[in-house]
Amino acid sequence: MKLAEVRDILQAKVFAGEKIIESEVDSAFGSDLMSDVLAFVNDRVLLLTGLVNLQVVRTAEMMDISAIVFVRGKCPDESIINLAKSKNMVIMSTAHTMYVASGKLYSNGLAGNEREV
Amino acid sequence: MAEVMKLHYVVSGDDFTRAGETSSKVKKTLNQLGFRPEVVRKVAIAMYEGEINMVIHADGGTIDVDISSDEIVIVMQDKGPGIPDVEKAMQEGFSTASNNVRELGFGAGMGLPNIKKYSDVMEIDTQVGKGTKLRIVIYAKE
Ligand SMILES: Nc1ncnc2c1ncn2[C@@H]1O[C@H](COP(=O)(O)OP(=O)(O)O)[C@@H](O)[C@H]1O
Ligand SMILES: [Mg+2]
Repeated sequence: MKLAEVRDILQAKVFAGEKIIESEVDSAFGSDLMSDVLAFVNDRVLLLTGLVNLQVVRTAEMMDISAIVFVRGKCPDESIINLAKSKNMVIMSTAHTMYVASGKLYSNGLAGNEREV
Repeated sequence: MAEVMKLHYVVSGDDFTRAGETSSKVKKTLNQLGFRPEVVRKVAIAMYEGEINMVIHADGGTIDVDISSDEIVIVMQDKGPGIPDVEKAMQEGFSTASNNVRELGFGAGMGLPNIKKYSDVMEIDTQVGKGTKLRIVIYAKE
């Protein structure tokens, strides 16, 4: 799914990475716990999270995640936006909750990323 | 690149927002040196987990990275409280992290097992009251 589509489906506001908004993600992962992102993600996913701090961008960087959606209307501050820009990442924010945002993306065809259950 | 490139870093323990800066620098260096993306990702994740641990459990420390075309060796050393029961600490879900750390998105007890998963060699040398030395090796050859 194109990140521009993600933006439209979630009626999200884009804070960084407008230039690469036409790039694609194959799957997504949602968590407020970066520990779990580091332990469970095994693909270059779209990350949905309600946690807003610099370590979200750092975690994404280490995992080669290039797009982050902040849910529940959380907005990144200047330092987060700047770090994301320097790492060439897309950052957006949606007013939807984690459940609704995930459901909307999933039902529009964006698969989940999970290790074998 | 036959010879070894040696990098040394000091990780500050008092600023959580800066945790991961060292891992970020090393990741960048490995990318510039042309290592395969899978190798760089393994190093980045294992090292970031270790760096976070140094900051949240041990008040910072030092990181030495030796890079050769064959392997990347990372030694993370701290003068923190040490780990009383390493076997227990290696279990998924075991954590002594504070609520404060959890609010920042860490402390799920997945770090050490995750380092094991992403490294080819992992050695922990720890003494209660003295500190912890974590040695990680990641092979770079296919
Ligand atoms: N460098 C360290 N110094 C002291 N204790 C550590 C260190 N690294 C890990 N530990 C101990 O091992 C436990 C498990 O670590 P880890 O798997 O990374 O989980 P977490 O960091 O989420 O608690 C920690 O909660 C802590 O008690
Ligand atoms: Mg940890």
